[in-house]
Amino acid sequence: MPWADPSLLPMAALMTAMGVTMIYRLEPGDALRQALWVVIGVALFAGTLLALRRDYRRLEAYKYLFGVSAIVLLALPALPVLGQTINGARLWIRVGPLQVQPGELAKIMLIVFLAGYLRDKREVIAQGRIKDFGPLLLIWGAAMLVLLQTNDLGSALLQFGIFLAMLYVATARASFVMAGLVLFLAGSAFVYKTVSHVQDRVTIWLHPWTSQPVPCSFNGQLELRQDCGSLQLVKSLYSIGHGGYGGTGLGKGTFTTTAGEPIIPFLNTDFIYSAIAQELGLIGSAGLLLVFMLFVARGMRVAMRAQDGFSKLLAAGLTFGFALQTFIIVGGVLRVIPLTGITLPFVSYGGSSVVANFVLLAGLLLVSNRANAPR
Amino acid sequence: MNRQIARLAAVGLGMLIVLVVATTYWQTWAAGGLADRQDNEIQRVAQFTIKRGAIKAADGTMLARNVRARKGGQTLYFRRYPAATLAPHVVGYSTQSRSRAGLERSQNDYLTASNANLSTVLDTTIDKLKGVTIVGNDLVLTLNAGAQKVANDALAGNCGSAVALDVATGKVLVMASAPTYDANVIEDSFDRIARIQAPCKPAAALVNRATDGLYVPGSTFKVVTAAAALDTGRYTADSRFVDKGYCEEYGKRVFNYSDQDGPEQFGSVNFVTAMQHSINSVFCNIGKALGAGMIIDYAKRFGFYSVPPLETPVNERQASGLYDKGELWEPDDPSQVDPGRFAFGQERLLVTPLQMAMVTAAIGNGGKVMRPYVVDRVLAPGGSTVTRTKPEELGRAVKPQTAATLRRMMESVVNGGTGGAAAIPGLLVGGKTGTAETGVDGVNTTWFICYAGKGRPEVAVAVALEGQRGTGASTAAPIARVIVQALLGSAANS
Repeated sequence: MPWADPSLLPMAALMTAMGVTMIYRLEPGDALRQALWVVIGVALFAGTLLALRRDYRRLEAYKYLFGVSAIVLLALPALPVLGQTINGARLWIRVGPLQVQPGELAKIMLIVFLAGYLRDKREVIAQGRIKDFGPLLLIWGAAMLVLLQTNDLGSALLQFGIFLAMLYVATARASFVMAGLVLFLAGSAFVYKTVSHVQDRVTIWLHPWTSQPVPCSFNGQLELRQDCGSLQLVKSLYSIGHGGYGGTGLGKGTFTTTAGEPIIPFLNTDFIYSAIAQELGLIGSAGLLLVFMLFVARGMRVAMRAQDGFSKLLAAGLTFGFALQTFIIVGGVLRVIPLTGITLPFVSYGGSSVVANFVLLAGLLLVSNRANAPR
Repeated sequence: MNRQIARLAAVGLGMLIVLVVATTYWQTWAAGGLADRQDNEIQRVAQFTIKRGAIKAADGTMLARNVRARKGGQTLYFRRYPAATLAPHVVGYSTQSRSRAGLERSQNDYLTASNANLSTVLDTTIDKLKGVTIVGNDLVLTLNAGAQKVANDALAGNCGSAVALDVATGKVLVMASAPTYDANVIEDSFDRIARIQAPCKPAAALVNRATDGLYVPGSTFKVVTAAAALDTGRYTADSRFVDKGYCEEYGKRVFNYSDQDGPEQFGSVNFVTAMQHSINSVFCNIGKALGAGMIIDYAKRFGFYSVPPLETPVNERQASGLYDKGELWEPDDPSQVDPGRFAFGQERLLVTPLQMAMVTAAIGNGGKVMRPYVVDRVLAPGGSTVTRTKPEELGRAVKPQTAATLRRMMESVVNGGTGGAAAIPGLLVGGKTGTAETGVDGVNTTWFICYAGKGRPEVAVAVALEGQRGTGASTAAPIARVIVQALLGSAANS
């Protein structure tokens, strides 16, 4: 990869290192597993680079295979035997001793499918004929159904955002984005009305603190909302607030009670950002976000320098997915949007996430290598 | 497609900028509000990562210190109270399960070095940057550990309180409340507090009766009435009264206290003798002559009707005065108060032992009321002084000559009057007994207030006991005496 973007890999390494360090500080046992996953991720990263070193664009020929695989992967957790429900969402499948979250890889496959399909059909789609939307809506619709079925709101939002972004890049039709957003809002309203889980999330987001006890869905009793539904969010905000400008210092934060019980559940996955914000303060967390921003800027630059439509769509889709995923989880933790549990790319604890992000990185490097190669 | 990609890049970067702004919001503007939240467990636990300052008595007796514990990867400092039951009502406690009380609560900023003194702020910031454990400031109290122990021992088996003040400065030398408790058990075995046995129900061992206990003052309040009578110039020490054994109010007779020494009718007496023998009928007539309003005005000069200033939390202190339906009450019209019974400390009057000690100290101090204080100085971890409390005059209650007359009266109480049990050879002692009816026949709240010193008043003591069968003279005065002896030990023996 002589001409690949020279800054993407170091930035990914920095984010990964920060994640492993933080996980080690919070849960030393998890850090070892995370390090193993990083090794597997790097191996897959190298494998992807090696396998596609000649021309990754042949993936385009298999776009439908990718699309269907993505749906299958997404649907796997919904299957009765394989799937596992953790915290109200069916996102995991059990393979031997491992728990795998296939949605993370499905995201990348969906991006490959969309890049291939949209490059192929962008002119006709831009004319707005329903017929050409068919396969697109079919696969996307199936993906959304599966995601709603599994209660995985964060991923649903992510996939939908990626879809709209790539559609816009391919067709340059802002009206599609608007229509998509209108559809999304209508869909959201419908889901909000029908799924109590979603209503809870929104209520928690709007009113995390109550002064009077309200019905608690966890134990059926009356409790203050900050002691029940919004406990995670509120404790995580306390963690962020406690950090202040400079943070408490690495290893000096407070995450457990005096008896050693964890205060914030899922600290090293969904809430790793609030742990970083407490220990490294505004300086550290803003610095981390700056690295994310640089990564996005470089990724988008790769997309702009790429010569062909497939490459542009692929790089833009991968990069935007990275940015949107960061926004959904960190925005949720910061109460900018309702909280939905997904991982923070490269930083959060979670094997599937690490592996998927390294494959994403490989994709960006492949595109950049080709884009920068002298002709 | 590059134009679209550029726009998409702008959207992506915009979202991340929103995150930076939101993080900034929570970590700067909103951080204070989050820290103040009641359910902020992180804040509560983080306080235990600070090495709290020690609390010591005036002689260095350790009242509160830390023990280090490593839990869940963090070093925490938990409180130990080596003096156990010595002064828990003043020191209080700092726990995880029951939050804080006493000075541990009100002086938390000093103890955790989060006070706003420039040097403390600088030290704490440097410690934070270096990642060093933050060390709080130490408190040195005015309490005399030896006399405090004597007071606790003397009060043991009773419900009540004893307060001793330094007359000239307002230093709190003794602040004892019985039953007492061991602050070390608060965190882990709180139920042991509830099982504390005492002759009063409920035992309420956690209550600091010295500042939070409201008692009928009985005859000790005659000192305030006499202050008003003398200071207004309406009466002098030589004013003569005729005691018929009762006083007529609203057409009914209010009789003298039946158990008092001396004859049931004293006949013709002067003001000093009336105080010496605590003659109710005389004070009843003075009260009628002065009116309740005038007595309330003088009571206020001594600090009644305001929560006495002290460093302990404000919710652990009560204002003294007339109480109606459980609320501090000031009559709109003096006719709402029975002035005769008010004058000898009955009516609906309720006082704290600290307030009565302040009255006594003011008389010993020539009429000047000093602000009582229990924190003598705050020391930085290195030992340098952060602040030192300066004695402060709250105001003048009575003229110096009035105070002198009152002293003559109170000294006559101890020398040949109702308070003979408090007499100490070699020491000047002036006092006043009180035996207040509680409504239950034969059960009284008993009092003794006194000042004492070598040649001049040095310390002022107030002792109040609940549910006593005896009188102030037989129950409270001996306790006041041993406290005075403990405080002025060397002087008393010389």
